[in-house]
Amino acid sequence: MEKNLETIFQEKIDAEIRIEPKDWMPEKYRQTLIRQISQHAHSEIVGMLPEGNWITRAPSLRRKAILLAKVQDEAGHGLYLYSAAETLGISRDEMTEQLHTGKAKYSSIFNYPTLSWADMGVIGWLVDGAAIMNQVPLCRSSFGPYARAMVRVCKEESFHQRQGFEILLTLSKGTEAQRQMAQDAIDRWWWPSIMMFGPKDDESPNSILSMKWKIKRFSNDELRQKFIDVIAEQVKVLGFTLPDKDLKWNETRKHYDFGSINWDEFWQVIQGNGPCNKERLDARKKAWADGEWVRDAATAYANKKAKQNKAA
Amino acid sequence: MKNTEQINQLLHLADNALIIGHRNSEWCGHGPILEQDIAISNIALDYIGQARNFYQYAATCINGNATDTKPATEDSLAYLRDVRDFKNHLITELPNGDWAQTNLRIFLFSTYQYFLYQQLQQDADAQIGAIAEKSLKEVTYHVRWAGDWVIRLGDGTEESKARMMNAVDYLWPYTGELFLDTPTSIQQQWLQKVTAVFEEAGLVIPTNTWAQKGGKEGNHTEHLGYILAEMQYIQRAYPNSEW
Repeated sequence: MEKNLETIFQEKIDAEIRIEPKDWMPEKYRQTLIRQISQHAHSEIVGMLPEGNWITRAPSLRRKAILLAKVQDEAGHGLYLYSAAETLGISRDEMTEQLHTGKAKYSSIFNYPTLSWADMGVIGWLVDGAAIMNQVPLCRSSFGPYARAMVRVCKEESFHQRQGFEILLTLSKGTEAQRQMAQDAIDRWWWPSIMMFGPKDDESPNSILSMKWKIKRFSNDELRQKFIDVIAEQVKVLGFTLPDKDLKWNETRKHYDFGSINWDEFWQVIQGNGPCNKERLDARKKAWADGEWVRDAATAYANKKAKQNKAA
Repeated sequence: MKNTEQINQLLHLADNALIIGHRNSEWCGHGPILEQDIAISNIALDYIGQARNFYQYAATCINGNATDTKPATEDSLAYLRDVRDFKNHLITELPNGDWAQTNLRIFLFSTYQYFLYQQLQQDADAQIGAIAEKSLKEVTYHVRWAGDWVIRLGDGTEESKARMMNAVDYLWPYTGELFLDTPTSIQQQWLQKVTAVFEEAGLVIPTNTWAQKGGKEGNHTEHLGYILAEMQYIQRAYPNSEW
């Protein structure tokens, strides 16, 4: 019986029919999705912190308003994604708990510090750019609620990427100090941003099943190459450089070759040793702990009202 | 052509919106509930939008009067004036404190703005009227949102009530300043609305009527200097740059 259901499930996937929350699905599919969607939601929420770090220091009122709107969008993305994950039978509180205990991960990129205003440009251009490259195929993910959430997320992310590029374009036309600020930010964020596509294909344990189930449609290395090809061209428009002396167009491959990634750094940051891992998680735990009395009061008030309405 | 007093009034309205917007934006990413994090960031955005409208208009008026070559902009007004030139009410610059203090401040202040903007809608200056009309839609929501929190926390748990009472004690002396140069009717309407919400929340209006004042004349609390130091740092460190 089990096998039969699994066959039907795989046939649906192969026929590009979306899986919906009430459909039968293998437990591993459910768990993989919960892991991936909640990790994605947590990334949105933790990702608010490095950019939130500059809201009160944004250099113009226009930039302040755009940055605030952008960080607020990220909270909204977190909300859609938590809701999508909840359709798989896990509550938002459970997911939050998993984030706080370290059981659930979030994107390692947010464990790097934002040191200058130019970082706001680079995060939009490279970090959101890499996220879009990863996320556009997810709009066709086999799980319906995830795919639909991703359609909304991707629309807003492309706006985020444009505003990041525009910050850098403005800096590129600015003073020498501004140009240095931008180049320094690119130098710091380039390698971490290409690590965002995850480990190399032969070291990515979850990839094969995810491809078979069409949760993922392209491999980590394919997406990374695509991203590098795009950015290597865009950086010329800005008049800046990428910090990779091996970056070179390969006419035979029709792709850019690039230098070797420091995978040791990647695994160190995942294991908690990045420059801001502790601060990011502490900030989330603090917001949650400080908010406990607020949530308790809201619940107590709602219960009181419900009782009164019942009595009336 | 506007005189100095009229321009100062515009700057006062702009500074109020900017400083309370700045304070609320400090919550972004740190709210007690994700939905509320979004809501308070949205309110901060509304305030910054109002500030921009008033600054832009103030800049136009200043430039219309000016003879020097460097025109004022929304950013020169927000980023290149110091503490003594800022004209916001003191209540807007006080620290956020906890969620009770933050919400009570928004409630008390946006209720004041609600009645003030209603009046400004009829201003002889059509531009001020238009900004007030647009802002009023936003402020109406702020009053409702923050008022709901005042009630919820006042009538929630023992802890939330205690925190709300602390917030009332702390903020109340800063409310008198709001009405120093507004018609009495605004203060009456404000007090009526505040009394109604306090009653529902089980909170008591303090009998202390002492008012801390001076913001409009540039006599601020010590908090404003730190807000400006943070807010203006890039413009000060890298002068004459486009961002």
